[in-house]
Amino acid sequence: MAQFSKQGIQKSLRSIWEDSGMLVIFIVLFLLLAIFVPYFLTWRNMIGLGLSVSMVGMVSCTMLFCLASGDFDLSVENVIAFSGVTAAVIINSTNNIFFGIMLGVLGGGLIGFLNGFIIAKGRINALITTLAMSQIVRGLAFIVAGGEARSIGNAKFFVLGNGMILGIPAPIWITIICFVVFAILIRSTTFGKNTVAIGGNKEAARLAGINVDKTRMLIFSIQGLMAGFAGVVLASRMTSGQPNTSQGFSLDVISACVLGGVSLSGGVAPILGAIVGVLIMGTVQNAMNLMNIPTFYQYVVRGLILLIAVLIDQFKQQTRKV
Amino acid sequence: MIKTLELHGISKSFPGVQALDSIDFSLEAGTIGGLIGENGAGKSTLLKVLSGAYIPEKGTIKIDGKQYTFKSTKDALSAGIAVIYQELNLVPEMTVAENMMLGHFPVNKTGLIDFNSMYETATKQLQYIMEEIDPQAKIKTLPIAQRQMIEISKALLLNARIIAFDEPTSSLSQKEIRNLFRIINTLKEQGKTIIYVSHRLEEVFEICDSVTVFRDGKLIEKFEDMKKVNHDILVSKMVGREISDIYNYRERERSDVPLLSVKDFVCPGLKIPASFDLYKGEILGFFGLVGAGRTELMKGLYGAVRHSQGTVSLEGRTIQIKSPKDSIRQGIAFLPEDRKDEGIIPIRSVEENINISSRRDNLKMKFFIDREWEKTNADSFIQKLDIKTPSRQQIIKNLSGGNQQKVILARWLGEHISVLIMDEPTRGIDVGTKNEIYNLMYKLTEMGISIICVSSDLPEIMGICDRLVIMREGKIVNTILRNEMDKEQILSYALPAKHKEHQTA
Repeated sequence: MAQFSKQGIQKSLRSIWEDSGMLVIFIVLFLLLAIFVPYFLTWRNMIGLGLSVSMVGMVSCTMLFCLASGDFDLSVENVIAFSGVTAAVIINSTNNIFFGIMLGVLGGGLIGFLNGFIIAKGRINALITTLAMSQIVRGLAFIVAGGEARSIGNAKFFVLGNGMILGIPAPIWITIICFVVFAILIRSTTFGKNTVAIGGNKEAARLAGINVDKTRMLIFSIQGLMAGFAGVVLASRMTSGQPNTSQGFSLDVISACVLGGVSLSGGVAPILGAIVGVLIMGTVQNAMNLMNIPTFYQYVVRGLILLIAVLIDQFKQQTRKV
Repeated sequence: MIKTLELHGISKSFPGVQALDSIDFSLEAGTIGGLIGENGAGKSTLLKVLSGAYIPEKGTIKIDGKQYTFKSTKDALSAGIAVIYQELNLVPEMTVAENMMLGHFPVNKTGLIDFNSMYETATKQLQYIMEEIDPQAKIKTLPIAQRQMIEISKALLLNARIIAFDEPTSSLSQKEIRNLFRIINTLKEQGKTIIYVSHRLEEVFEICDSVTVFRDGKLIEKFEDMKKVNHDILVSKMVGREISDIYNYRERERSDVPLLSVKDFVCPGLKIPASFDLYKGEILGFFGLVGAGRTELMKGLYGAVRHSQGTVSLEGRTIQIKSPKDSIRQGIAFLPEDRKDEGIIPIRSVEENINISSRRDNLKMKFFIDREWEKTNADSFIQKLDIKTPSRQQIIKNLSGGNQQKVILARWLGEHISVLIMDEPTRGIDVGTKNEIYNLMYKLTEMGISIICVSSDLPEIMGICDRLVIMREGKIVNTILRNEMDKEQILSYALPAKHKEHQTA
C-alpha cells in the first residue's frame, strides 16, 4: 500500500506541520504537561485553565478582525476596566442588573466606534489612536469609580461570571459561543471576507466596491462591544468593578493571535490558529503556576514563547519558498 | 575577442518551472543588447542571475574573460554589473545624494558622514548625465523619470560596466523616453555594455544593436543585425506562433444614442470641465501623456475620487456617484492602472479575488457566503477567460500580470455592468495575452457593453478603439473617429504647446 510507505507518511506529516504546526505543538505540549506535571490533568485544573483563558479568548475573537483588517487595538484592556466599573456603579445606584450590563457593554462599543471613526475617517494610524484612547479610557474608569474599586451589592449579577452550566463555569461557555459566532462571521459572511480583503489591500478593496471606512468602523465598534462585555463578565467574577484591572491585557490578546499565525500586516484570519494561540499561552502559564515558577520568570518565558513561535513561522515560510 | 559579458549554460529552476534552460549569451563592450520575450520567458530571471539575486544551478558568468560566482547582489555590483529595475530601489525620505551613495557614504576623519564631499560628488555625477536635479531634494519629491536618472547615477558611481534596464520606459512620457535614450546612447559611446529589456518592440528597434528572444526559459534566437529582422518576426518568435495582427480589429455596430453622457464634469486633476459621450457597444479610447488627467477623470467618474461639479447620465437618467460602490450598482466598473496596488488583493486566492464584489448578490439567506456558488463562479470564469492558474485556490500574486488582469476582469463580468472603464489594460502584459484581452474586449462590446480604454500605448489605442478622446494638461482637447486617426496628428494634440517646437526641430 503506497500511502503507508515511509515517504507517504513523511509527506503527510510535513503537510500537517505546515498547515497546523501550532496545533501540533499545542498537542505535544499538552501531552507532556499531562504526563510530567502533577495535578495538570485534573478536572479542577482544566476548569481553572478554561477560566483563565476565557477573557483572552473572548477578546481575541474581535481582535482577530482588527488584525485581519491590518489594524490593531491597544485600548481593550482599558475598555475592560471602564466597562466593569461602569456596570458596578450603575448596578449599585439603580439596582438594575440588565441596565448595568447594557451600559457597560454599550460604553465599550461607543469607545470602539470612536476608535474606528478616528482611524477610518480621520486617517490616523491605529497605534496612535488606540494608544491615546487607552489613556483617556483608563482615566475615565478611575473617574467613574471615584478612584477606587467598587464592590457590587447585588449578588444576582455574579451569576454571569461564576454561574455553572453542566458543571462548567459560564465564562467558558461564553468564550466557546464567541468563537463559534466569530468563526462563522469571518469565514462565511461578506463582513468577514471584506475584513480580510481590506487587510490584504485597502485601495483594491475600495475600488472593488467595498465600503472600507464603514467596515473598519464596524470592526472597531464590535471590538469595543466585546471588550465592554468582557469587562462586565470580569466585574461579575471579581464581584467588583476595578479601575486598575487587566493592565497589559491588550498585548496578551495580540500575542495569542500572533502565536496562532495571525499576521500583523493583515489579510489573513486563521481563527483556529487564534484559539490554539490562546490555549498555548494559557496552558504554559497554568503549568508554570502549578510548578510554582515565580511570576518574574513567567514573564520571561511568555516573551520567549512568542519570539520562538514567530521565528518558527518565519522559518517555515522561508523553507516553503525554496 | 573577449566579450564583456559572457554567459555559458546558465540554468535556474523553481519548483515546477525551468526558469532558465542552459542559456548561452554574450555581449560586447559598447553595445546595447535587447532582451525580449513574454512574461515568464526568463528575462527577469536572467537579470536576477546577473544581479546576484538568484544563484543559478549550473553555468558560468564571465566578465572581460574573468569568471565570477555571485553569492549576493553585492558581489555582482563589485564585479561591475548594475540592474535598474522597473520598481526603483530608492529610499523616498532620503535625499538624492544620500540615495546615490547609500552604502558607500564618504566619511571624514572623525568617522562622521562628509556631507560636503557627498553633495559635491552627487552634483558632478548629475552634471555628467546632464540632469538638473537638486542633490539635496528628497527622492519622494521627484517624478519617476528623474528617480530613474538617480538610479543610473548610482550605478555609474559604482563604476558599473554592464548596466541592465528592466522595462525602463513603462511609466515615462515620450519626452522622458527621449531623454533616457539619449543617456543610454551616451553610456554606450563610453563603452558601457547595456542590456535593455522591454515589451515595446519599437523601442528595441530604435535603440538596440542586437536583440535576443526568450521563450519558456530558453534562448530562442539572437539577432545580431537589427536590419535583418522586423516586428512580425520578433512577435512570432516570442509567442511561438504567428500572430498576424495582435489588435485584430473587427468592425462593430454602434448605436447613435449615448449610453453614458458626461457633462461639465470637474474633479481633482482636471483643469477644464470635461464633457463626452460614450455610445453603446463602442470602445472609446482616451489618449494623452502622463499627467494629462485621464486617470483622474476616470477615477472621478467611478467615484474613487469625489467630483465637485457636473452631471453623469446613464441611458438618459442622471445618476449620482459618490463612491465605487454607487458606481458598481449603476453598472459601471473600473480596472485600475496599477494592478498590484489598486487591483488585486495580493495574498488572497484567485477565487476570492474574483468573488469579492459579486458575492453580495449571491448570499444564502442574504447573509451567509454560498461556498458552492463561490467555487462554481470562480471555476467558470477561470475556464471562460482561460486564466492560467493551477487552481482557483492559487494565491493571486503568483500569477502573471496578464492572468491577474483577467481575474480582475472576471470580477466585473460577474456583475451586471454596462460600462467598463479600463485604465492601461495591457500595461506590462505580454503580446499573446494582450491579444486575448483585446478579443475579450471585443466580445464584451458584442454583448452591448461599452468600454472606455485609457492607454499611453498609441499603436494599441489606434488598433482597438472606435473613437478617441485626446487629453492634454487636464483638459479634453479633441475627439476623433477611427478613420481620422493619424499618429502625428494625435501626438500633436497630446503634446503641450511648448514641446511642439522640440518635435518639429
